[in-house]
Amino acid sequence: MTARTLYDKLWDAHVVRDNEDGTALIYIDRHLVHEVTSPQAFEGLRLENRRPWRTDANLAVADHNVPTTDRSHGIADPVSRLQIETLDENCRSFGITEFAMNDPRQGIVHVIGPEQGATLPGMTVVCGDSHTSTHGAMGALAHGIGTSEVEHVLATQTLVQKKSLRMLVSVDGSVRPSVSAKDIALAIIGRMGTAGGTGYAIEFGGDAIRALSMEGRMTVCNMAIEAGARCGMVAVDDTTIEYFRGRPFAPTGEQWDQAVAYWRTLHSDPDAEFDRVVHLDAASIEPQVSWGTSPEMVVPVSGQVPNPFRETDPVRRTSMARALEYMALEPGTPITAIAVDKVFIGSCTNSRIEDLRAAAAVVRGRSKADNVKLALVVPGSGLVKRQAEAEGLDRIFTDAGFEWRQPGCSMCLAMNADRLEPGERCASTSNRNFEGRQGQGGRTHLVSPAMAAAAAIAGHFVDVREF
Amino acid sequence: MRAFTRHEGLVAPLDRANVDTDAIIPKQFLKSVKRTGFGPYLFDEWRYLDHGEPGQDCSARPLNPDFVLNQERYREASILLTRRNFGCGSSREHAPWALEDFGFRAIIAPSFADIFYNNCFKNGLLPIVLSEGTVDRLFRAVEETPGYRLTVDLPAQTVAMPCGELIDFEIDGFRKHMLVEGLDEIALTLQHADAIRAYEERRRREAPWLFRA
Ligand code: SF4
Repeated sequence: MTARTLYDKLWDAHVVRDNEDGTALIYIDRHLVHEVTSPQAFEGLRLENRRPWRTDANLAVADHNVPTTDRSHGIADPVSRLQIETLDENCRSFGITEFAMNDPRQGIVHVIGPEQGATLPGMTVVCGDSHTSTHGAMGALAHGIGTSEVEHVLATQTLVQKKSLRMLVSVDGSVRPSVSAKDIALAIIGRMGTAGGTGYAIEFGGDAIRALSMEGRMTVCNMAIEAGARCGMVAVDDTTIEYFRGRPFAPTGEQWDQAVAYWRTLHSDPDAEFDRVVHLDAASIEPQVSWGTSPEMVVPVSGQVPNPFRETDPVRRTSMARALEYMALEPGTPITAIAVDKVFIGSCTNSRIEDLRAAAAVVRGRSKADNVKLALVVPGSGLVKRQAEAEGLDRIFTDAGFEWRQPGCSMCLAMNADRLEPGERCASTSNRNFEGRQGQGGRTHLVSPAMAAAAAIAGHFVDVREF
Repeated sequence: MRAFTRHEGLVAPLDRANVDTDAIIPKQFLKSVKRTGFGPYLFDEWRYLDHGEPGQDCSARPLNPDFVLNQERYREASILLTRRNFGCGSSREHAPWALEDFGFRAIIAPSFADIFYNNCFKNGLLPIVLSEGTVDRLFRAVEETPGYRLTVDLPAQTVAMPCGELIDFEIDGFRKHMLVEGLDEIALTLQHADAIRAYEERRRREAPWLFRA
């Protein structure tokens, strides 16, 4: 048998049939559903008198719209409320398991999937959300889909797919202390550009990736989409297998042993060929801060806001100039001279327990700067929240003047009440710094949890290594 | 789905790279549980001077005179000309819904983001990839020529300029077929229901842990 990449193995294991036109019908093992991209798909099923093909392959949760403050009185915004009630109703009438808003297991869809063991190594995982790439960290084939495809998966348990090209992004050597998975992800995007991965399935490898915890790998895979790739993945190893032991949806007993034996095959063969290979030197990666309105507009914290006039590509030059205008930044400004108004620690990129620990370690015994109007900590799930509280992390944050909230997407995309006001500048652990992403006119700088926490304390960006 | 064969229409130039789906349709409009009615909110933050909310009547809102789709000469546009990596960001199908609802039938750019590109085909919207050089040339032509129109012929895979010059474009055979015929993909897939069941049976034996309720 010829040598295969991890992606080839995952693909081959899920082909229901090869179509004549070069596409294939791919079987979907796990479909995650949330309130924003599913109502039209359920409506489509109803209109055509169709039923879900396999209800037990679906898991639903409301996350994008949910309030992060007291939920005992329900949702104040009637439009958000209707969307969540629609999800509840669709799950009820089609028999789909849902973690409703007040379920302790509720949280961001990409946090709860792995946490529950509902997404496992070797699975195909899809969700009407582009950050489904997160689940590739398990050694799964996971990517976002649109609502028409949500309907297609519900109705047929399959998708019509064309195979992507294969890319290996190898982060070689080890990172320096205080450099996190988020910094690795941002450095990769800064290097490749937001379209660098378009058309590819990326496997992240190299010693620096192997050394990451599952949480860290999820952070890196989460941002594969920001490099243009629909899916990112990491090979299965002991770290992966240990992570899943004892998770509620994970197999047990004999099936566990059987699953582990299979999972151990989920890595690229030593001489497998990739269509493209990118190497990064881990030791050269510094903590990163984005300065513009695209995740590729990123520099090390020791750097400065770049000058568009040094850029030779005219399209890029125009984008940079526009971004500087939107961000109200001058070329040449040291990153550490940029003051922030708000700080957001959360999102499917950085709201897992390890992220909260990293932020709390910086915050411990200090207080939020006076110029920082709000420092928000939003755990990724009810279970992450519970764990953090058991470790006393909530107190560290609240003692420092941070707010400790209920789980959800929150200010990552500001569909609920958590948002930036026009002109406000935010250090955010989320994944997108697009214009208006965190609120109309808001200005987002993407950073790691430790860097966000440090900015909240200092009132401006600082190098967490010197903090 | 609405079929796409040949379309002749006015071209509007959106001279920006990396236009993301948050810009195409901002998040507050994603609260709708419907598939239609997004057209008035297309590019909402660029198009209007105030902040838009779902359900709002847009006819009285202050327009941003600098935004291209607000200029009289582009109001009736049905072909959008833009720059690289159009549609990056989230998977929201609301983006093609909004573009389609506004009246666009085709989008021309040097490259598109994957998920957005795929979503277009599910909604009768044709994304056309042309080289950077050709896109540059079209930008100049649109600017110089009021009322500049192009004719897109999907079966022939060509874009015809007013002078008669034909530009070829590439497209996957299966996507072209689905769009030209306006086919219901779910119905087509369900023709293979037996193959799906056979696959499931085999997997259930090989990997039973995937079928735990
Ligand atoms: S946290 Fe942000 S990026 Fe993640 S699923 Fe929610 S809105 Fe999307």
